[in-house]
Amino acid sequence: MSLDTATIRRIASLARLTVTEDQLEPLAHELNSILGWIEQLNEVNVDGVEPLTGGAQMAMKMRDDVVTDGGYPEKILANAPDRAGQFFAVPKVVE
Amino acid sequence: MLTDLTIAEAREKLRAREFSAVDLTMAHLHAIETLNPRLNAFITVSHSQALDQARAADEALARGDARALTGIPLAIKDLFCTVGVRTTAASEILRPFVPPYESTVTAQLLRDGAVFLGKTNLDEFAMGSSNMTSAYGPVENPWKRLQDEDAVLVPGGSSGGSAAAVAARMSMGATGTDTGGSIRQPASFCGLVGVKPSYGRCSRWGVVAFASSLDHPGPFARTVRDGAILLGSMAGHDPKDSTSADVPVPDYEAACRRGVKGLRIGVPKEYRSDGMPAEIEALWQKGLGWLRDAGAEIVDVSLPHTKYGLATYYIVAPAEASSNLARYDGVRYGARQDGAELSDMYGNTRAAGFGAEVRRRIMIGTYVLSAGYYDAYYLRAQKVRALILRDFNDAFQQVDALITPTTPSAAFAQGEKMDDPIQMYLNDLFTVGANLAGVPAISIPAGLDANGLPLGLQIIGKPFDEETVFAVSAEMERAAGFTALPQLRAGG
Amino acid sequence: MSAYAIEGSTGLWEVVVGLEVHAQVISQSKLFSGSATAFGAEPNSQVSFVDAGFPGMLPVINRECVAQAVRTGLGLNAVIHKVSRFDRKNYFYADMPQGYQISQYEHPVVGTGVVEVELSDGSTKEIGVTRLHLEQDAGKSLHDQHATKTFVDLNRSGVALMEIVSEPDIRSPEESGAYLRKLRSILRYLGTCDGNMEEGSMRADVNVSVRKAGEPYRTRCEIKNVNSVRFVMLAIEAEAARQVEVWESGGTVKQETRLFDSGRGITRPMRSKEDAHDYRYFPDPDLLPLVLEENWIAALRASLPELPDAKRARFRSEYGLTPYDAAVLVAEKATADFFETVAKGRDAKIAANWITGDFFAALNRLGATIETSPVSAANLGALLDLMADNTINGRIAKDVFEAMVETGKAPADIVEEKGLKQVTDTGAIDAAVDKILADNPDKVAEYRSGKDKLFGFFVGQTMKAMAGKGNPALINETLKRRLA
Repeated sequence: MSLDTATIRRIASLARLTVTEDQLEPLAHELNSILGWIEQLNEVNVDGVEPLTGGAQMAMKMRDDVVTDGGYPEKILANAPDRAGQFFAVPKVVE
Repeated sequence: MLTDLTIAEAREKLRAREFSAVDLTMAHLHAIETLNPRLNAFITVSHSQALDQARAADEALARGDARALTGIPLAIKDLFCTVGVRTTAASEILRPFVPPYESTVTAQLLRDGAVFLGKTNLDEFAMGSSNMTSAYGPVENPWKRLQDEDAVLVPGGSSGGSAAAVAARMSMGATGTDTGGSIRQPASFCGLVGVKPSYGRCSRWGVVAFASSLDHPGPFARTVRDGAILLGSMAGHDPKDSTSADVPVPDYEAACRRGVKGLRIGVPKEYRSDGMPAEIEALWQKGLGWLRDAGAEIVDVSLPHTKYGLATYYIVAPAEASSNLARYDGVRYGARQDGAELSDMYGNTRAAGFGAEVRRRIMIGTYVLSAGYYDAYYLRAQKVRALILRDFNDAFQQVDALITPTTPSAAFAQGEKMDDPIQMYLNDLFTVGANLAGVPAISIPAGLDANGLPLGLQIIGKPFDEETVFAVSAEMERAAGFTALPQLRAGG
Repeated sequence: MSAYAIEGSTGLWEVVVGLEVHAQVISQSKLFSGSATAFGAEPNSQVSFVDAGFPGMLPVINRECVAQAVRTGLGLNAVIHKVSRFDRKNYFYADMPQGYQISQYEHPVVGTGVVEVELSDGSTKEIGVTRLHLEQDAGKSLHDQHATKTFVDLNRSGVALMEIVSEPDIRSPEESGAYLRKLRSILRYLGTCDGNMEEGSMRADVNVSVRKAGEPYRTRCEIKNVNSVRFVMLAIEAEAARQVEVWESGGTVKQETRLFDSGRGITRPMRSKEDAHDYRYFPDPDLLPLVLEENWIAALRASLPELPDAKRARFRSEYGLTPYDAAVLVAEKATADFFETVAKGRDAKIAANWITGDFFAALNRLGATIETSPVSAANLGALLDLMADNTINGRIAKDVFEAMVETGKAPADIVEEKGLKQVTDTGAIDAAVDKILADNPDKVAEYRSGKDKLFGFFVGQTMKAMAGKGNPALINETLKRRLA
């Protein structure tokens, strides 16, 4: 599987990374070389193997339904690049 | 010199009031002042906070309230959120970020009386093996090649700043995180002990995430015992991390004194890669000899899927990272770049805020999860990961621990291996398996190469059996008698 | 019933609808964090660092939210999966702080189930449930507060939602309404969602396609976030009509996400979701598999309340109610409970008539609910008792009821205060009758000569003379005797 510049553009858009036209070719070259190297995994016979999701092999603990957090809007908003009163502010979204 | 003491020694002397915690902290702050402008191991030095903490430690000692780390100065990888102290992940995108919370691991270190000197440099978002991808400049390895003292070597990565700080005696120990080798490889490059515990042993809460299923917080130290002391403080179940294991934390220091008599030690034949330098092969054999002499039995084992570990890692880690790093969007914190519309703001913020390697990995990760490619890449990688875990489980049916080299080479120079990402990725060849399987592993300094640079050996153990790993590590440390010092160090 | 169909220029079209209902789970705290879920708090005041997607923050699941999903699954007669998993759905939006939504994609906690709906012609229909899964809600974007900026409030970010996906079994706007109302009724009975569409605690994504009879499915469009039963029905009508027009004019319906414009009664394509179709789902590595113990599920099953279908059947058999009355009374659990309190030890049919008649009318008039009603079930029951023991008659009962609605007082007190007690003293009735007959000799003569209809006149006059308080049976009896 080889990435063309159109795919690079689509992936960059999905990842919300602005990419300039002159970056497309070098990026395609880099990513193709990494993906080509990764394709060695095709040698492995994985028939009947259950995928392993994570490093922990246990069932998930559940917490009690108690309010223990929140209630500190100033801390939540303190790092905001732009805010309007108690709200975060972003460029206008058209739905 | 105070800065040459181990944590265990300093702890004794602090309790005996031979010197104060303020003395000890001042000595390290002075070392940082002298060395950090050149080594760039710290992104942020928290001078006054450290002195406040040291004074508090002295008061506690005076009261007789001496805890595991009271008055011990440590360096914190700038991936651990620290309340009120800027936390950058070595990225532009977090340059202005001051966390209003403390990570569980650092909170436990503070609970035990530690003094924090500052936040150490790293590869951006822990993505790298050289510390060259930091937005705050590269870190210089305090070790020098005998024949080429001008060459500036890398400390390894991603926890390069932590490794350089401890090696140069700017700090007595440090925290790191290990996703594919990010503690063990820099430990090996800097002549240190680096501990990557079992997955779930140390909480990830409050640690900036790179790849959630592979990230392991752990300590750097100059001795195995110091590593045991630090891990004892950092480890433990955390209800705020669903992947944290609810198992008791054993006495790791005690485990260091167990010896290896009667242990079965495995040598995975697949780690004998073509082109492994002869001196690394020789050191490996030497290490096995030490253990044989101490009464362990050496057994050949097979980890047949070892060679696929790196490729598996370079699918799983970027996939998780592409999602974990989606939250850096300039809305709630961090550095924002303007845009006419929301999507432009996102794209500009992220393109400017992330460096080239981070962008590369986000792109790879986004691609391998995208429609039509998920099965071929991500799902297949998860299956190979299952086979790698099975390899370890099979091997641990026969042996108590495995011994391998930590890295395929000693520290390289800044600028080397930069042209080809894959060359850089190969640094993690021997370390990445333990991350994929979640098993504990320690790198100890075992000898020097022909250039006088440190080389590490890696001890890998069964899940949650850090005790055996510490026992083997301590035995090898005794036998190795590693006393070499880096050229750049406090008082050096 | 006759099938719903759209008449196009090329013949009749059938509409095919599937609903994805997002129901906000009733819980104190959020799905993966300990912040509060209450509605209407100050902006960003019910937000933790986890909800705001801060660096290094991790999710920990709320047991009660899982229990609520399991209860709901059991209430939908659905399969409960003992092992399920959480996945990340990756996309960017200003009010989604993590850059992904934690949801269940491949392995939901609840599998297939079924909902039986009642239609206006008295028939019933089974609508299949494909699955139910747990997921996080997003925050709220306010687009109308500023000329060039959107404001973001994360109070709802991380609140637990159940997404309940139906099979494409719905064939008309009416069926969609019946399904939504029934689903809401079940959720309210279970106490797993308040079903309040105005506050957004229940919203629907509507998948609509059209086809000619016997055809396979054609391309569907998804109408996002419709927030009332009526709008869902209107949106289906509008969208189906649009699609028929597209197909008949030689065009092709494009699979897309649309919005319902309730003001104009049309659907329009949504702008902001153009590349949202590649969600890159993968298992959330911050969470482990959700494993449910058999005992735990059994305990939840054992503690389920009686649900509307079972209650309706019981109301018919136990109280002899008509199918219509039974359906009306079970729609809301509060109504059913009210009815049972009133009916207990009394004539159930009379209780049902009063509740569905005067009582509902009074609530409507006041804009009140069962919970805020000035007339309690105990007081309504007491009113029926006063009629049953002849303390008051039916006519006076209506007046007493109105006074109860006005004052909230007990009926006995009202009867006492206003002196409305029925007169059963035969002496008083005899005297009243005698006076009426004496005052109207001509009418008496007419009656006796065969004008039977005048009997009602005498009853009315007597009752009037007794200020409505006379016992009707005794008045009748006395009049019949005296006029004979």
